[in-house]
Parts: sequence; structure tokens; C-alpha cells
Amino acid sequence: MKTRSDAAPSTPAAFAFQLEGDVLYLKGSLVLAGVDQQLPKLKKQLRKYPRKFLRINLRELQRIDSIGVAALQHLRDWLQAQGIKTEIEAVPPGIQQIMQTFAIPPQTAAPAGEKDSALERFGERVYDFWVRDVYEFLLLLVDVIYYSVVDLFQRKAHRKGEFFNQATLIGVNAVPIIGLIAFLIGVVLALQSGEQLRQFGANIFVADLTVVAMVQEMGPLITAIMVAGRSGSSIASEIATMVVTEEVDALKTMGLNPIRFIVVPKMHALVFTLPFLTILADALGITGGLLVAYLNLDLAPQVFYNRMVEVLYVRDVAIGFVKSLVFAVLIVLNGSFFGFRVKGGAEGVGKVTTTAVVGAIILVIVADSILGLIFY
Amino acid sequence: MPSSQSPIIDVSHLSATLGERQVLTDVSFRVYPNQVTVILGSSGCGKTTVLKHLIGLYPIRSGQVRIMQQELAALDEPQKQQLSLKMGVLFQNGALLNSITVAENVAIPLEQHTDLPPDVIQDLVRLKLKLVELEHAAHLLPSELSGGMRKRAALARAIALDPPLLFCDEPSAGLDPITMAALDELILNLKHQLGMTIVLITHEVPSIFRLADRIIFLDAGRVVFEGTLQEGLQSGIARIEEFFRKGKGEGMPTRS
Repeated sequence: MKTRSDAAPSTPAAFAFQLEGDVLYLKGSLVLAGVDQQLPKLKKQLRKYPRKFLRINLRELQRIDSIGVAALQHLRDWLQAQGIKTEIEAVPPGIQQIMQTFAIPPQTAAPAGEKDSALERFGERVYDFWVRDVYEFLLLLVDVIYYSVVDLFQRKAHRKGEFFNQATLIGVNAVPIIGLIAFLIGVVLALQSGEQLRQFGANIFVADLTVVAMVQEMGPLITAIMVAGRSGSSIASEIATMVVTEEVDALKTMGLNPIRFIVVPKMHALVFTLPFLTILADALGITGGLLVAYLNLDLAPQVFYNRMVEVLYVRDVAIGFVKSLVFAVLIVLNGSFFGFRVKGGAEGVGKVTTTAVVGAIILVIVADSILGLIFY
Repeated sequence: MPSSQSPIIDVSHLSATLGERQVLTDVSFRVYPNQVTVILGSSGCGKTTVLKHLIGLYPIRSGQVRIMQQELAALDEPQKQQLSLKMGVLFQNGALLNSITVAENVAIPLEQHTDLPPDVIQDLVRLKLKLVELEHAAHLLPSELSGGMRKRAALARAIALDPPLLFCDEPSAGLDPITMAALDELILNLKHQLGMTIVLITHEVPSIFRLADRIIFLDAGRVVFEGTLQEGLQSGIARIEEFFRKGKGEGMPTRS
């Protein structure tokens, strides 16, 4: 391939060096290409240099750039470390000027910061989490709950149509994936338990097991975990991006409360849709169980249905309902909590999104355990 | 007055659309080596679009762009990469990588594209940061910098490899006059001492007067004028006169 010199008006020769006695001649253009290729060779040759003094002659150097200046400095430092003193001589005026412009500044000490002891760091962590984070979370909780209730009656606080928009995004669009997963969970539950129950001739109880497990536990939990992964992350990343791009600041300066404007519509949407999603998950899970009971355990659908009506109390459905409400509040709170805490740019958004998903799933499971202890 | 040298950038009949909108119409101009060429014009006239074509971010669909005697549209990926090593670009908002420190940002091109020893790279990083007066900010993250500092850090990264060709999209927007003047001086130094060719997009009239060898004036996606600054001022083109008059906040300025 034909190569041309790029910008330089005249074409300087390629970089070359020559060692004569105690003089090292550097010639041509000491720029990136020359340095990259020749520096290792030059150092190799100089390793065998026997004397304690070397003059570096730049008389025939035509061109140098900052990389060349740095390489020259590096060479001199390296020779110094080998116990060889150096001196630069015969510097052409143009080169001299460039070397002055690009004089390598001396290394400054890293900013002195006292290192914390392990105990201090541990204390800081504990303080950060239990005092600062929990406090901020509770503050947000109060704000969000307050405005969520107030804004039920004040339609002006957020944009028109935002509730339906969010309900579609968070709730309706999640129907296929939640439906599929719930159905499969129902199938697996019935398959696994049916296998055990058959050994005791207790096939009929597969209905009890599937129905109660789905309605009380699996339905609300699976739905909440799916929504936490799907919408918890999107809430966090959306808010975090808005913080990073100063949209949140803009809202504040327009006299709009970001919590009312951004968080409350999401809260309304999820609190409204999650119970429906949960009921859908319950129904599809039970359908999965019924199908397995019929195909695998020879249990007539009518029998399954009768058993279901017998074991299922309104209380069970109500518990699932209450759980899903609590989960909805936690998912939105958690997402917005992490979203508003973002620091930095794109990378910060990624970090809080990950933390938000993990946080949401942990919160949901912990809350499920606590509610379980309360209700049973 | 076209230079006797062959142009380092030669744009002919470049047209471009963004979606349905015609952004550039039959744009032709040349940039000569070792000069500062300023692309100017009112906001939305297509300056940044021209720049993005030059640095290869937008595909050339109509017209020709030749940079360093290479036809941009005809280059394959490795050739494009080779060419990009010879071009430094300072983006409008800096475009620093946010997850790493300022010093690491400047070191990226040196680490990725050269085999220089680590201490040379560290020296160069310190040097480039000193040139933009940011030595004290080496260990900070971009998010901890002010807008002007971010821009200067981005300039340090753009000149990390001493590219023969430097593109700057509004380098001095949002800077105070002192920093702006220092940045202009740095750009002049790069031109005089390293023989860099610099293509600038800027609205800052004082900067244009300090730096411009040639100007290219765009209006509504067309080149209205191409030539030296002095010729531009005397061209009698109303848009140019208005630009400089309003840019200085008074009547027609004289070169000082």
C-alpha cells in the first residue's frame, strides 16, 4: 500500500539512530511510528554501552512531537537508572521550542488521603446503610405514600393520561410473560406433588396443594418477582437517566414535584395492576395444575374444581391480594429510591439499575416471609 | 486565496439528509495543511453534520470526501481505523468515558494504539493534562468536573497521539474568556509547532479572530463562503457581516 506523509509540508525522513563513541545521534522524525518501532532496538543496543557518559546529539533531528519528547525523557531516565549520565546537545531551534512546549511535568504525589482503618470502613458501611439509606428510604416512603393518596383526588399533579400509559407499560404489557410463567409453575407444582401423592393413592389432594400454594404463595410471589425484574429496573433506570440529564432539576425549577410527577403515576399504575396480574397468575397456575391432574393423574376436571371450591377460602384470596399490594408499593419505592440516588453518568445508571433489581427481589421475598409469619 | 499545497481534506458535492430533512446541499470545500479552518454559521445550519461526515460517523451517501488523499467512502474497516489514528476529535460535550478517571481517559488511545512503555504513557498523560491545565484533576472522574474542565480533558484525549488532523466541535463554548484564550493559544501552538491541521466549529468571534486562517461559512446546509477570514469580512455577504457584527455586539470589527 502506498503511504504518504500526512500533514507535514515537507517529508521528514524516518527515525534512525547511530551510536558513535560516546555520542548517540538521533535522526529523522522522532514521532509515534519511529518511537514505537525503534525504542526497544535502541535500548537493546544501549544495554551493551560500556561508558558512564553519553551525549545525545539531535543535530539531524528534523521533527519531534510530544511522544518523541516523552520517549527521549524516558530514554534519559532509563540510562540514568543504568548509571549512565546523559547530556543533550546540538538541538535545532525548532526542535528546542517543541521540547519546551512539551516539557514533561514532574510527577506530583498522588493526592494525600488518609487511609481509613478496616474498623472505620466497617463503621462507615453500617452507618451508610442503617442510618443514611434506611432514613432516606423512609423519607421517600412517607412522601410517596402521602402524595399517592393526595393525588388520587388531585388530577392536576401529573400529566393527563399518564396513569393509563404507565398501567399499560407496567401492567398490561407484562401479561404474556407472567401468564406463561404462572402456567408453567402450576404445571410443575402439580407434576412434582402428584408423583408423591400417587404413591399414597392420594391423587385427589393434588388439587388442594396446587390451589392453596398458587393462591397464597406462588401467585403473588412469582408475579411480584417478575414485575420487580421487569418494571423495577425500568423505573430505576428511567428516573436515574432523568436525574443524570438534569430533567429532574428542570421539573423542580418549573415548580413540579418530581415525586408527584414521576413516581406517583407509577405507584398508582402498579398498585392498580399488580393485584390483577396476581389473580391472572393464580388462575393460570391453577389451570396448569388442573391440566396435569387430568392428563397425568386421571383426575376429572369436575373433581378438581369441586376440591378447589372446598379448600379455597376468601381469606386465602384476600391474603394474596394484600401481599400483591404490599409488593407493588415496595417495587415502585425501591426503583425510585435507587433511581434518585444515581451518581455519575451512563455507568451510574447501569449500577443503580442492577442494584434496584436485586434490591426489589430481596425486598419482595423478605416482605413475603414477614407477611407469611403475620397471616399464619 | 487557495493555498498552493494540495488539500488535506477535500469535500465535493456532499449532500445529506437526516430522516426526511435535507441537512446538507451540495457542500464543497477544502482544508489545507497546517492551517486552522473554522466552519461557522448559525445554529442548525449543518456544521456538526459536516463534521460527522468528515470523521466517518455518518456514511457518505452523496458526494465525495477525501481525507489525506484517501476517499472516505472507499475505505474498509482496517483502513478507516488507520485513518482515525491520524485524526483527533473533540466532541461538543466532551464524550469522556464516565466510569474511568480523567488520566485513564487520556491514556486510552496511547494504551490501545501504541506499544509505548507504561512510564512513557504516564509521562504523556501528565504532559497532555498540563497542556490543558488539568494536572490537578488527573485522578477525578469526569462527573466530578465542570463543563469547561470536561471539554479540556476531552481535548487532552483528542491530542494524545499527536494526530496531524484535529477536529474540534465548539471547543470554547461555555468557557470563561481566560480559559478560552489559553485554549486558543494551545491550538495555535499545536498548529505552529507540530504542524497540525485544525478544523474548528465555533461561534466565538474572539476565537475566530485569534485562530482562523480560513473560514467556511454555512447557511441552511449550503456553503455561502469559503476563503480567508479577511476575504470573508470584505465579501459583502450580508449573513457573514451580520454574524460578526452580532458576535461582537457592535459594528464590523477589525482584525486586532
